[in-house]
Amino acid sequence: MATRKSTTLNLGTGTFVLLGFAALFFLTTQTTSRGINFFANPPHYELTAKFDNIGDLKVGAPVSMSGVEMGRVTKIGFNSKEYKAVVTLRIDARYSQIPTDSDAAIYTQGLLGGKYIGLTAGGAETYLKDKDQIDFTQSAFVLENLIGQVLANFVKSSGTSDKSNKSDAPAAETPKATEKRK
Amino acid sequence: MKLARELWDSLFESLVGLGSVTRFLLRLIAASPRALLRLDLVAQQVYNCGALSLVIIMLSGLFVGMVLGLQGFQLLQRFGSEEALGTAATIGLVKELGPVVTALLFAGRAGTALASELGLMRATDQISAMEMMAVDPIRRVVVPRFLGGVIAMPLLAAIFSVIGIYGAQLVGVQIMGVDSGSFWSQMRAAVGLSDIYEGIVKSCIFGITCSLIAVYEGYYAMPTAEGVGRATTRTVVTSAVVILFLDYLITAAFL
Repeated sequence: MATRKSTTLNLGTGTFVLLGFAALFFLTTQTTSRGINFFANPPHYELTAKFDNIGDLKVGAPVSMSGVEMGRVTKIGFNSKEYKAVVTLRIDARYSQIPTDSDAAIYTQGLLGGKYIGLTAGGAETYLKDKDQIDFTQSAFVLENLIGQVLANFVKSSGTSDKSNKSDAPAAETPKATEKRK
Repeated sequence: MKLARELWDSLFESLVGLGSVTRFLLRLIAASPRALLRLDLVAQQVYNCGALSLVIIMLSGLFVGMVLGLQGFQLLQRFGSEEALGTAATIGLVKELGPVVTALLFAGRAGTALASELGLMRATDQISAMEMMAVDPIRRVVVPRFLGGVIAMPLLAAIFSVIGIYGAQLVGVQIMGVDSGSFWSQMRAAVGLSDIYEGIVKSCIFGITCSLIAVYEGYYAMPTAEGVGRATTRTVVTSAVVILFLDYLITAAFL
């Protein structure tokens, strides 16, 4: 009788402790970006890209081409000579055929979503290899800058008045570009 | 004048209480290494505090997670970012709701059991009998219960969080139609190990607090039926207030 009771006791305790540690394990590995990936860390290679402004791009942000996720941002550094952000991208080895003249741009997911990097394929015959750099980059779209430009445009166009073609100009055009056109 | 006197008395009493709890904690810590030699006693208490609380923890976790899924979805939908539901639910559960709700349930389920058990031992002179037989009741009875609670609580909180995340996923993805891929990938991108760490630290501290209050109230209960009842009530009330207070402190410390 005593042994049977202690068996249920051990079984209960064991199950509970196992469940508890399984839960901790799940939390640390499956809900975080830095956790261990059990489905064997897939083979990958790294690329870098320099941006003038990365907005609020974060480590772990997805890198995609044509909407297909190809990898993640693994490191964000700063080049103090050129004053540019250096972003390291880890690309899945399955996608090894990215042309060398492809360009990288920072986009926003949804209206208020996080930033991600979108790659657009170029036409070169050679492909990017490990540790290569993507030369063509486009900075993050910063809403405040855009609003500033629109306002500047607006002030300018209302100042010079009755030039009907002004209103047709794209809203995002910079003041400089508008001046050149004149 | 009389009021001031009473105020002073109650202040004095609570100071004495605080000191006596602290000394009791130090005694428990001092006795812990030797109590660990009797691991079977500790294991039994892990079973009592932990395994027997599993059902209530899992059920509550599921429903808390499901409610988070619903409310979070409603709120995030207004901003057109339902995909952030995974992040919101996970951070909420792991950092706040998991440790706090688990600790409150733990105080209600396991803390009261500990307090009334020890109180009844006191009331029926079992503790005095042990002292008479030269068995240290602290080492034989109190410390295993304390350690059992301390070990069980973080595990319970982790189980609560995981079940809660599952509940949020159930409502968000299966019912409300949030994309499953972005639910998980946004969560993984936004939740850091430090968030998990904060949850673990919280649940460990809450475990120590709850177990300490329960065994203290039980051990020093008045040896009457009324005293045991009062000890049980005080366990829940004190635990709840102290947990919420500590929760604020720890959250502020982690910011």
